[in-house]
Amino acid sequence: MQQLALILVASALVNNVVLSQFLGICPFLGVSKKINTAAGMGMAVVFVITLASGITSCIYQFLLKPYNLDYLNTIVFILVIAALVQFVEMVLKKTMKSLYNALGVYLPLITTNCAVLGIAIINVQKEYNILTSIVNGFGTAVGFTIAIVILAGVRERMEDNDIPESFKGTPIVLVTAGLMAIAFCGFAGLI
Amino acid sequence: MNKYAERLYNGIFKENPTFVLMLGMCPTLAVTSSAINGMGMGLTTTVVLTASNIMISLLRKVIPDKVRIPAFIVVVASLVTIVQQLLHAYVPSLYDSLGIYIPLIVVNCIILGRAEAYASKNTILLSACDGVGMGLGFAIGLTLIGIFRELLGAGTIFDTSITPDSFEPITIFVLAPGAFFVLACLTALQNKLKMPSATNKVNSDNIVCGGNCSSCSGSACAANHGLIEAEKAAQKAQKAAAVKAAAMQKEKVKMEVSESVGNDSKTGKEK
Repeated sequence: MQQLALILVASALVNNVVLSQFLGICPFLGVSKKINTAAGMGMAVVFVITLASGITSCIYQFLLKPYNLDYLNTIVFILVIAALVQFVEMVLKKTMKSLYNALGVYLPLITTNCAVLGIAIINVQKEYNILTSIVNGFGTAVGFTIAIVILAGVRERMEDNDIPESFKGTPIVLVTAGLMAIAFCGFAGLI
Repeated sequence: MNKYAERLYNGIFKENPTFVLMLGMCPTLAVTSSAINGMGMGLTTTVVLTASNIMISLLRKVIPDKVRIPAFIVVVASLVTIVQQLLHAYVPSLYDSLGIYIPLIVVNCIILGRAEAYASKNTILLSACDGVGMGLGFAIGLTLIGIFRELLGAGTIFDTSITPDSFEPITIFVLAPGAFFVLACLTALQNKLKMPSATNKVNSDNIVCGGNCSSCSGSACAANHGLIEAEKAAQKAQKAAAVKAAAMQKEKVKMEVSESVGNDSKTGKEK
């Protein structure tokens, strides 16, 4: 139990997926204009990453590892993730209309999010079992959500600020992200 | 300039993936903590990109249009696995320092973007030149950023110390936050000098796979492709509706005219 809590805190705060591992930078910069959309994206990421890390971990433990096919994991994982996102989208569309309406727009964007594949590979590299993989995936996705929602909040407030002409747009967002990364460095002492 | 050299020039200068197109931001930020890492990542990507462009160009008449994105992904993933094994065997130090970012070359938008936008439509030799050009452009970009960060953050370039002893390295530049700051200054400089770059273009369309990737030739990933198709379909429908409406109106006018003519003739007769 204690180990699971440690993994959760470590993946969500200490090794934040965007701010210290630089995975999923594209949606982090692209979908962070409004808090609402950022939260929607975050929820979709939590959903997909948790599911994907569970499934890829099962595949690794029961298929790839017993037959010594470790070297195939990149190919297998990327295909499984791409298929999974499509499948989740179809299932949600058929069965849970309200959830689909909330997350639908963001689901196709997640296929190309490198965080999903990154987490699957990190789970393998750290030799997590299925339960710890799911916890790690969930924690990472929560970390992503925290980061993107905070950035969206800051960006909403910055709208009216007087920023030097050449720093408008992407540069100031990157500076903000850098300052957030410094702040998140402070969590390093947590564990 | 012949067209092969033009491809190289295009990749390295005109459409440089790092500085102009702003593609592949994750590796750009993550592995440029030292010049040698940046160069290693850039060259690894160059190898994968060239090989994938050749493979996809070879297979461009075989791959059905509907499943081309999954097919491209399989090709790229296989090549990345091969390169990963080679690095593990022959350059273990680079393999260790790049770590998880080697398998993540699969999801680098430059590779899928070039496959979709160039290699699937052009001959093998041209695609290979395009891959080499784009890859070298990416490698040069990463190496330059790496040199800059290493110089400021550790006072060295390619592990040789060049700064005087009095220089106190600003360690934050080799840590995670430094990556964001360096990139922020770079894009701000591009804005200031009005250089061609993805960040100082106003993107008004909603075809965005997320921020900087908006420029990945429009159709680099499946999501964008879907959006574009949907938009095209909507436009078509609108056009069709407009044409239909115009036709209806014409018919209406015709009917009215004929009716009024008929009425006129009737009234004429009555008179």
